[in-house]
Amino acid sequence: MLLPVIALIAAFVIGSILISVSGANAWDAYLLLIEGAVGSPFALFETFIKMTPLCLTGLAVAIAFKANFWNIGAEGQLYFAALVAALLGIVPGLPAFIHIPIIIIGGFIAGGLWAMLPAFLKVRFRVDDVVTTLMLNYVMIFAIQGILDGYWRDKASGWPHSPEVLLTARYPQLLPESRFHLGFFVAIICAVLVYLLLRYTTLGYRLRATGLNPKAAAFGGINVKKTILIVAFISGGLAGLAGVGEVIGMQYYLVDGISRSYGYAGIAVALLANLNPLGVIFSSFFFAAIFTGSQMMSRYTGVPVYFSDFMQGLTLIVMLIALLFSKYSVRIRRS
Amino acid sequence: MESILSVTFIVGVLSAMLRIATPLILGTIGELFNERAGILNLGIEGIVTFGAMSAFIITLFTGNAYLGILVAMVCGILLSLLMGFLTVTLRLDQDVCGLGLLFLASGLSYFIYRLAVGIQPVPPTIQNFSLLQIPLLSNIPYLGEILFKQYSLFYIAILLIPLSQFILYKTHFGLNIRSCGENPAAADTMGVNVTRTRYQSLAIGGALFGLAGAYFTVFQMNIFIFGMVAGRGIVCIALVVFGNWKPVKCFLGALLFAFIDAFQLRLQHIGLQVPYQFFLLLPYLFTVIVLVLAARGAVYPQALLKPYSRED
Amino acid sequence: MEDRKKPLLEMKDISKTFLDVVALKNVSLRVNEKEILGILGENGAGKSTLMNILYGYYRADSGQILINGKPAALNAPFDAIGNGIGMVHQHFNLVEHHTVLENIILGSRRDSRHGRINFRKAEQTIRDLCIEYNLEINPRAYVWQLSVGEKQRIEILKALYRKVQVLILDEPTAVLTPQEVDGLFLTLKNMVETGLSVIFISHKLNEVMAVTNRVVILRQGEVIAEKNTQDTTLQELAQAMIGDEKVYSLECPPFNYTGMSLQIRKLTIKNDMGLLAVTDLDLEVPHGSIVGIAGVSGNGQRELAEAISGMRYIQSGTVVLDNRDITNKTPADLVKLRLARIPEDRMGFGLISDFNIAENLVLETAQLRFSKSIFLRWGSIYANASKLIKDFSIKTNRPQSLAKYLSGGNIQKMLLAREMSLDPNMIVASQPTRGLDINSTNYIHFLFTELKKRGASVLMISEDLDEILLICDFLYVMYQGKMMGHFRACDVSKMEVGLLMAGSTTPTAG
Repeated sequence: MLLPVIALIAAFVIGSILISVSGANAWDAYLLLIEGAVGSPFALFETFIKMTPLCLTGLAVAIAFKANFWNIGAEGQLYFAALVAALLGIVPGLPAFIHIPIIIIGGFIAGGLWAMLPAFLKVRFRVDDVVTTLMLNYVMIFAIQGILDGYWRDKASGWPHSPEVLLTARYPQLLPESRFHLGFFVAIICAVLVYLLLRYTTLGYRLRATGLNPKAAAFGGINVKKTILIVAFISGGLAGLAGVGEVIGMQYYLVDGISRSYGYAGIAVALLANLNPLGVIFSSFFFAAIFTGSQMMSRYTGVPVYFSDFMQGLTLIVMLIALLFSKYSVRIRRS
Repeated sequence: MESILSVTFIVGVLSAMLRIATPLILGTIGELFNERAGILNLGIEGIVTFGAMSAFIITLFTGNAYLGILVAMVCGILLSLLMGFLTVTLRLDQDVCGLGLLFLASGLSYFIYRLAVGIQPVPPTIQNFSLLQIPLLSNIPYLGEILFKQYSLFYIAILLIPLSQFILYKTHFGLNIRSCGENPAAADTMGVNVTRTRYQSLAIGGALFGLAGAYFTVFQMNIFIFGMVAGRGIVCIALVVFGNWKPVKCFLGALLFAFIDAFQLRLQHIGLQVPYQFFLLLPYLFTVIVLVLAARGAVYPQALLKPYSRED
Repeated sequence: MEDRKKPLLEMKDISKTFLDVVALKNVSLRVNEKEILGILGENGAGKSTLMNILYGYYRADSGQILINGKPAALNAPFDAIGNGIGMVHQHFNLVEHHTVLENIILGSRRDSRHGRINFRKAEQTIRDLCIEYNLEINPRAYVWQLSVGEKQRIEILKALYRKVQVLILDEPTAVLTPQEVDGLFLTLKNMVETGLSVIFISHKLNEVMAVTNRVVILRQGEVIAEKNTQDTTLQELAQAMIGDEKVYSLECPPFNYTGMSLQIRKLTIKNDMGLLAVTDLDLEVPHGSIVGIAGVSGNGQRELAEAISGMRYIQSGTVVLDNRDITNKTPADLVKLRLARIPEDRMGFGLISDFNIAENLVLETAQLRFSKSIFLRWGSIYANASKLIKDFSIKTNRPQSLAKYLSGGNIQKMLLAREMSLDPNMIVASQPTRGLDINSTNYIHFLFTELKKRGASVLMISEDLDEILLICDFLYVMYQGKMMGHFRACDVSKMEVGLLMAGSTTPTAG
């Protein structure tokens, strides 16, 4: 438990070097960062808003990595689900309490199916999942950009986006004067559900076994191939929910750039949380905070806002090294 | 409306193919060295991006493109050595470290670029290299256009193929590398320093990755754009599999991917009523298909992804 | 006769302890020029440990090694080669995908200039060595294509290429055919003529008598005796090696057949390289019996066990369990049919080291017995674990501790507990006591005997011939994917079996 904290502190110390190079005072900069992230109720809820998709993609990646399925494709799965959500969102004649669940289910299935494709290739043809999931991201994102550009050019502004989703299809806004929406709770609930799945269900057991030692799992009678496919579906579905949230909770239509690399950031979120679903809640909050905080920090100090991207990679690596030391310390205690 | 079968079209495609293939060749050969030694470096995408950025920034501020290229290569080496520290010395998981390095290097690239350039209404440009025109040979009809009017880096990249073939198969260093990737225990027993060999391979890969990055900003274009590497780094990993870890086949893979990309680029201008993005995705789809086909006969270096220690 | 020759190599008072096991105690020996020294001892006597220290793999806790009279520090295999000591292990260190030549020249600069390999010169050097030492090998062949005997020759050539003065061979004849053994002895004698010395480690008395000049006998980590080969006899050596004579029971009661648990007919299986590992193999395990498969590792046993366990594809032939065809059935099916399986590779196939003990114990039965719809019943899982830990005396703090912290013996007990909880009629066990301490080994033998009394059967694959002769009713001998013989265990001699394990064909008993 102590280790993540040490890792983060180390990362921030290194980050302060970057800040100093930018010509700012590290201490002041970090204070601004914290203020921009949680310094006011408005800031806090902005952070929660940013946290929502990160939590979901973090869960998607965590559950996949835990089963040894390297899902780098959360971004594409997110986009596909966003497309489906945008399409379902303009279906008229449905009351909100039916419309929203349908969109959620549809988005989940869309993301899940797109993730099952590389999983199938892995299971059947032994094709590396890292490369295929990443390649399929580009395929899906370009395809959607093509659809946006080709068929949905808004005549008035020339800005390509899908038609706005109906009012019945939108996540309710929970606070006045803030864009904070229901999607946040969807994300939290998903985190809890994933945790329960992993710990208390037979699927969770099979998933963990497959991820830790597929040979022993197969020897013990677990259908490793089927397990990977199911996990891929769930993982893609969770990433899809992130896309759903951005469409029906934030933008209300599908537009290029609806995701700010949430799918990729989800990898860092998951790894920082050591693939623990409840931990994902905290690590997604952490990264969201860094992001919203960086905005403010950047505005007042001139430190480029990409500081947050750098911190993402840095905390990841520092966390890895910290994990290494944890293994060693356990070894020492044993002998 | 240009016909696909017209000579102009074909010549145009083939000529563009070689330009697109250059960074792919550099990246693929670089990753080939890494993987032959037993390391899968997912960070390639980030290292190439960093190379592109550093070459650009140095050129922008010093006016010396050669210096920019040199710095890009050095940065590539340093980042790869970091990967080595994590995976060879600390023996951490290669996939995860590679991803971490990817984020780190990418993020750092963009950060440094923003820091150096600030926010400008029009992004700065540099004086990039122009295409070489080899005297006499470039006047040959058709072939001249394709083969002899390319960037200098292209010819260097081509030379890498026989060079890497020679190093890997005809020198002790190459034999050591291949043995470390197949059976590091056997290599260790014979007195080969597995750690040092792996670090050296990573350094070679890193230099090539930096060079590939420099190509994007100092040769092919004269500007640094976010996301300009566009997944090419990861494509190189797929190409290594396609090439079955052999230099010549990897080269063919790079050409194939570049051909598809060049083809779709030209297609965009033909005037088909299809959004151009649908063409953009073709090379990536192609990569997936190629991987499926190649995976069946793929003969992996047997120690790939496994950290080595004498106690194991 | 004065000892004119100064010892080429001397080991003085070498001691080594692993954790709490004393492997070597004050072992001293010397190797003279131009001689073949045999090191004789049973499995576990300390021979391999001693040689690994000499070769630089391990460091001795105390003692000294002198080469040509001067102390040598051997901290790594590289040091050994540099000091003129080469070693051919039982398990080869070869790169399968490379050629013979590439394997031999790896790490050596002998036939290269400025880092560039001179292939022609290297090949010539190797061919010359082959002629000189009566070894036959094609330098251009790929290692994966070669037989075990040929691979051993590569290892020998690796040492010869580096002009070693002393060549250590660790149980070299274990993997050879009789003809190849003769060839090897000829090679060794040639080597000695040209000035080399050889250390020949073995537990095979007749071979040591045949090829060595002097013999050192090790028993339980200590030097028991040292003799000139021509001055001693087989019986004398055997006495020294084994110590107290093990008396096997002379009565051989007739076996009461009540049906077949397992019947295997004409089984053919391929190994990982696509070559045949098992060819047209027949095997029978009667109800209420323990059947052992003897043989040196690498003769197809692993592939056979994997095939029966549902982990390897069976090309042709049938496997019938209690009159049910289980050929190519999945592990899940086999669990339902209550076939218990203990894999050879415990850490790889047997357990999930990052799962705790309770989770490991229900790996096969979680869905079947410890769940309600989609939910696990953790209460019953932990209760099950507590019970099994007690019943099988697994030494652990609590069921929640991770499996990777268990000692070797307890890991095996855990696996057995898991398999026994299936209430099996048949158990297939690969190398069940390999690497285990005496207590755990005895316990496992006890378990198998109990199973047998209940009417269930055990198929046991083991490298340890003594173990097989001790507890099995029947035994097969496996060599290069075929069964060489089938015996009543009480009715056969160790030597007979040993010969078959080495591939010699003699008329077999029923």
